[in-house]
Amino acid sequence: MTTVPLLEMRGVSKSFGATKANDGIDLTVWPGDVLGLLGENGAGKTTLMNILFGTYQADAGEIRFNGQPVRIRNSADALASGIGMVHQHFHLAARLSVLDNILIGEKGRRFLIDRRRALHRLAAIRDDFGLWLDPHRPVSGLSIGEQQRLEIIKALYRGARLLILDEPTAVLTPTETDGLFAAMRAMSANGFGIVFISHKLAEVRAVARRCVILRHGRVTGTIDKPAEASNADIARLMCGRDITPPERAPVTVGAPVLELAHVSTPPKGGAGLADLSLTVRGGEIVGIAGVSGNGQRALADVLSGMLRPTSGDIRINGAPLSQPSPRASQALGLGRIPEDRMKTGLVTALTVADNMVLPRLTEAPFSRRGLIDAGRIDAFARERIAAFDIRCPGPTARTGKLSGGNLQKILLARELAHDPAVLIAAQPTRGLDIGATRFVHDRFLEMRAAGRGILLISEDLEELMALSDRIAVMYEGRIAGEMPTAAATVERLGLMMTGASDRSA
Amino acid sequence: MGLRLEPRDHASAWLNLSLSLGAVLAALLLCAGLVALAGADVGTAYAIMFESAFGDVYALTETLVKAAPLIFTGLAVTVAFRAKFWNIGAEGQLLAGAVAGCWVGGFEGIPTPLAIALMLLAGAAGGAALALIPALLRVRLKVDDVVSTLLINSIAYYAMMALIEGPWKDPLSGYPNSPPIADSAWFPVLIDGTRLHFGVVVAFLAVPAVWFLLRRTTLGFAIRAVGENAEAAAYGGIGVTGVLVTAAAISGGLAGLAGINEVAGIHYQVMGEISPGFGYTGIVIAMLARLNPIAVIPSALFFAAVMTGAEAMSRATGVPVFLADVIQGTALITMLVALLFTSYRIRRTGGPAGVGAR
Repeated sequence: MTTVPLLEMRGVSKSFGATKANDGIDLTVWPGDVLGLLGENGAGKTTLMNILFGTYQADAGEIRFNGQPVRIRNSADALASGIGMVHQHFHLAARLSVLDNILIGEKGRRFLIDRRRALHRLAAIRDDFGLWLDPHRPVSGLSIGEQQRLEIIKALYRGARLLILDEPTAVLTPTETDGLFAAMRAMSANGFGIVFISHKLAEVRAVARRCVILRHGRVTGTIDKPAEASNADIARLMCGRDITPPERAPVTVGAPVLELAHVSTPPKGGAGLADLSLTVRGGEIVGIAGVSGNGQRALADVLSGMLRPTSGDIRINGAPLSQPSPRASQALGLGRIPEDRMKTGLVTALTVADNMVLPRLTEAPFSRRGLIDAGRIDAFARERIAAFDIRCPGPTARTGKLSGGNLQKILLARELAHDPAVLIAAQPTRGLDIGATRFVHDRFLEMRAAGRGILLISEDLEELMALSDRIAVMYEGRIAGEMPTAAATVERLGLMMTGASDRSA
Repeated sequence: MGLRLEPRDHASAWLNLSLSLGAVLAALLLCAGLVALAGADVGTAYAIMFESAFGDVYALTETLVKAAPLIFTGLAVTVAFRAKFWNIGAEGQLLAGAVAGCWVGGFEGIPTPLAIALMLLAGAAGGAALALIPALLRVRLKVDDVVSTLLINSIAYYAMMALIEGPWKDPLSGYPNSPPIADSAWFPVLIDGTRLHFGVVVAFLAVPAVWFLLRRTTLGFAIRAVGENAEAAAYGGIGVTGVLVTAAAISGGLAGLAGINEVAGIHYQVMGEISPGFGYTGIVIAMLARLNPIAVIPSALFFAAVMTGAEAMSRATGVPVFLADVIQGTALITMLVALLFTSYRIRRTGGPAGVGAR
């Protein structure tokens, strides 16, 4: 390639206290490049991208954009240089329209806003990249996938030539992911550069032209043709060891541990349940597939006791859930891993030990007659931290400071401490790296081998097919179809997820 | 070159302490300008202020007497804010407690220990009852608690004034005061020749009690969990509504005790000037104490010293006594600024091209 690189980072280092988050990293992005940036959580991907986008200042190193040295002190500098970033959490004003959100922060030279010019440029972005949203729709009415599209349009509108996408597919449905990839290819064809951060190796192989792999703040490998590399090769570079796929040993299926009969609920985070019936038996992992918003949230919440059913019967471990509440579900032997661990699962401002005992604090041995037994709680937390290999300074560490993988381990350690008969897990590996994902999957398989049941709600079809004994597809609050995993293919599941009836089922 | 804010990973206890002290110093420095403007020497003025608050035993007892109601209201706000029940109504709850306790204290012939116990109970109940109104409005009807607690203060004040100007007016004096409480209900004075009374002890005992409540009981845990993340608390099986209402009642009860403190320890009756804004100052105290009940003591002592000291300073130097209010308001603002540094640090940026080489 004789052209000038779009982006060159040379020897970029950044330390937080004693931790070297980035240690002499070199990175090059050419025009038209789609660079997959891979690495375990804590490998330094996000720090590196935050330096590029001006959130952090590097301790040492140089950044060149289009051959020119640039100085990026904040996101405005980054945007002015032509670097745009789409974060995992969007920065949108919900009550404003799509167009207004695009115009926010535009450094206008004039007092009046030239909406007509803006609309012309939006039309150009549509024609060039196939990215379009009705400019007058309010953002509050957009789906997650559409909000992400708006963030990308916003970055392009502001003149980004290099786009950083931080785990963009974590929140997308398979169809939306395909749409995103089409747009990424169009940008690449137009000479734009993309840095694509992801944990999903299949996606990286599908869309990236090159890969850079980080571990412990250093570049440990580059792959020039990701499509030809195997998952195992990439995983080894990321983790520094071989990762074998989980093995599902044959297990004798036992009695039903979770039964839903004709359950309906009000809507919650999408559709409510509409006359849904489902059974999970001991020794069984039942996967729930579906486009998000088709009642998965309502299913998880009604079982957790956060949502009251309007009709139908729920039995946990054979006993009826007559007065639904989080306590009642728990008392009957239901373990729960919620979809949003930071918001629903954990009180991040409290300590690790506090969160470990939160649902059972009022029970012995953690408290007696309303008085907390700090010693018992500390001992319990220490045992759990050791048993689940939670990386934290100790039981009194603030929960919010830990990585996503460790947060999920805290939840698992807490919920599995009392040997639940059935576990309901919603998106249990979303945002986790390979090592942490593997850890979660191994725990699930251990539970299955011990004769416990698991209801696994996931948007990751690979995960569902790797773990489940049966897969049920949810559509508009009901089960659109169910099949043994052996009979499931991505195509068949994908078809049912769009509501098409499956005649062969 | 420039300055920028960068997120901070960890705020140490040492940092928290120095931020509070820094906020106080900054407030005093900012107000020094006003002292100078009033024509006094800043050093002298502040020296007199300090001297008259801590200079001798009597000054010290006066500061403690002023600090007692502030400790109660500071604790009241601490408990409520921990649960994220934004109780701006400690002032009104103080008045409700004063009225309820004074009514109980008015009965003659009850032996002192029982009378004091009953007054404390009635005062706490009065404050709690008033705090329950905004709490129930919030959990049942989602009424904003900041607005409701604030407005109820005015209702409480004017209701109290209507009482003591009307049906409850002291028939003997004819002034707009309530009839005095029975002599047997007076808080005993601890040191002769001073106003240091039993209520001060109660206030200082309330501090470890609130600390114990928040740190060592399941209810306190629930209050903290609900305040930090109500959704996760509910998911963990904590009854959020009940916890909010209970926290509001405890908060109101503590504020009510401040009212009793003033009735049974100082005035022996209810009167219009029973609280010079103790309830509002409690908010500043709790913020300065970073919602830590133990830190409420130094925080309350500081404001008590400013209140007592400002009068002496005013007499000696001619600086208006309202400087105390200005210091109080300034301290709240400097503390809010200081709070920023618990989660952010300031970094110098700049240097030549490239990414700020160190």
